[in-house]
Amino acid sequence: MTAVRGAALAGLVCVAVLAQVVVLRYVAIDGVVPDLALVLVVVAAIDRGPQFAAVLGFGAGLLLDLAPPADHVAGRWALALVVVGYLAGRVRQDARSSLLTAVLVVGAGSFVGTSIYAFSGVLLDDAALPVEQMLRIIVTGVLWDLLLAPLLVPVLLWLLGLLGPPRARLPHEQVRVLH
Amino acid sequence: MARDSGPPTPEQRARRVLGLLVLACLTVMTLDAKAGADSPLDPVRSAVGGVFGPAETATAAAFGPFTDLGDALRTNHGLRRDIARLEADNARLRGQVSTLPVDRQRLAELDGLTRTVADTGYSMVAARVVAMGPLQSFSRTVTIDAGTSSGVRKDMTVLNSDGLVGRVVRATRTTATVLLIVDTDSVVGGRLGTNLEIGFLRGRGTADNTGRLALDLVDNSVMPSKDDVVVTWGSPDGVPYVAGIPIGRVESVVSSPRQSSRLAVIKPFVDFTSLDVVGVVVPKGTQGDRPVLTAGAPQ
Repeated sequence: MTAVRGAALAGLVCVAVLAQVVVLRYVAIDGVVPDLALVLVVVAAIDRGPQFAAVLGFGAGLLLDLAPPADHVAGRWALALVVVGYLAGRVRQDARSSLLTAVLVVGAGSFVGTSIYAFSGVLLDDAALPVEQMLRIIVTGVLWDLLLAPLLVPVLLWLLGLLGPPRARLPHEQVRVLH
Repeated sequence: MARDSGPPTPEQRARRVLGLLVLACLTVMTLDAKAGADSPLDPVRSAVGGVFGPAETATAAAFGPFTDLGDALRTNHGLRRDIARLEADNARLRGQVSTLPVDRQRLAELDGLTRTVADTGYSMVAARVVAMGPLQSFSRTVTIDAGTSSGVRKDMTVLNSDGLVGRVVRATRTTATVLLIVDTDSVVGGRLGTNLEIGFLRGRGTADNTGRLALDLVDNSVMPSKDDVVVTWGSPDGVPYVAGIPIGRVESVVSSPRQSSRLAVIKPFVDFTSLDVVGVVVPKGTQGDRPVLTAGAPQ
């Protein structure tokens, strides 16, 4: 990966995190916003595979942990997004061929990611809410992500395609969600 | 182990990367969680905040014209009714100078803040909320667009014209992070308005619009009455909370015979979902790059 592509990817992550805390708060349902960074990581996993997505998830998660107004133990979102990126990358062969599967993977990723985040909070005794409140937040977040995924997945796939390395695609990889 | 001697397959590589990254995450978490107050990650945090805070402020400003529409998500029915009403109003209002409702609202909030300054005698720096932490992080924090360059420091009281908002937990040069009082980590010393009994208010977290606080009174024999107002009790030197700021109203009292204590549920005065203009209480005579609202003396 060239430096320019890396910088552009880092920019994409920054934009996703910025949008999540600044812009999306106006559409928040009781404070729950769409997990833009998480969706980006899942889409990256679908497009590039587990290794790339895990690294991207680490970067995006660390940014979520450190950028204001975050006030929890750093590394919690990083851990959640690394695992989500890896797992989503493992099922990507199915998710590349249809938008519906991709959307479902986003939903599953959102549930797994926020749950890991919640669980790490319980373990570290950091910013944990009562379980039923956390569950309600997680479910609302998953619904948000499912709602926005049909719009976001094609756009993000296209963006990642622009930033991607020019590579020869295998015949079975020709079928993309957006082409 | 002849099988492993060849070049690793992509799958093995991915698994190795996963292992490394998970280790890295655990290291970061351990470093941050175990060190307590002075975490080795604080310099990193403030560095990221130094870059990201201004970016958040700039993004909030850039999206102002769109987001200021405020009620962007209204129902079709409501919008239709609004159109009818607005069309009727339009003729009447033609020629009059119209002010954007949002501007007027902000002015009203700022006005309220000035009134609060006059009422309480505290000096304040006005700031706007530019970013809100997602509730998926299970904490309630916001970024405001004033930082150390305006005299805002850690552990300062943040309020708006309705009442207490929270306290500053971290400040960079141009932005600061505010922990809202409804966060489960927040504890505020409070005093009942009618009988001056003291107690502690804890945030209960909010999964819905009804963010509530729990009040534990020090004296268990006191029965808080419904609708009683709770104000801040205040700490020495006003750190982290200054005294006499209204927090909320007693909504209900739950007594548990088993623990022989009473828990009062407080409804805060501040609407935390629509925070915009807030004031940070600063020491008198603070110099900074934005005007300090001070009681008495003209600006």
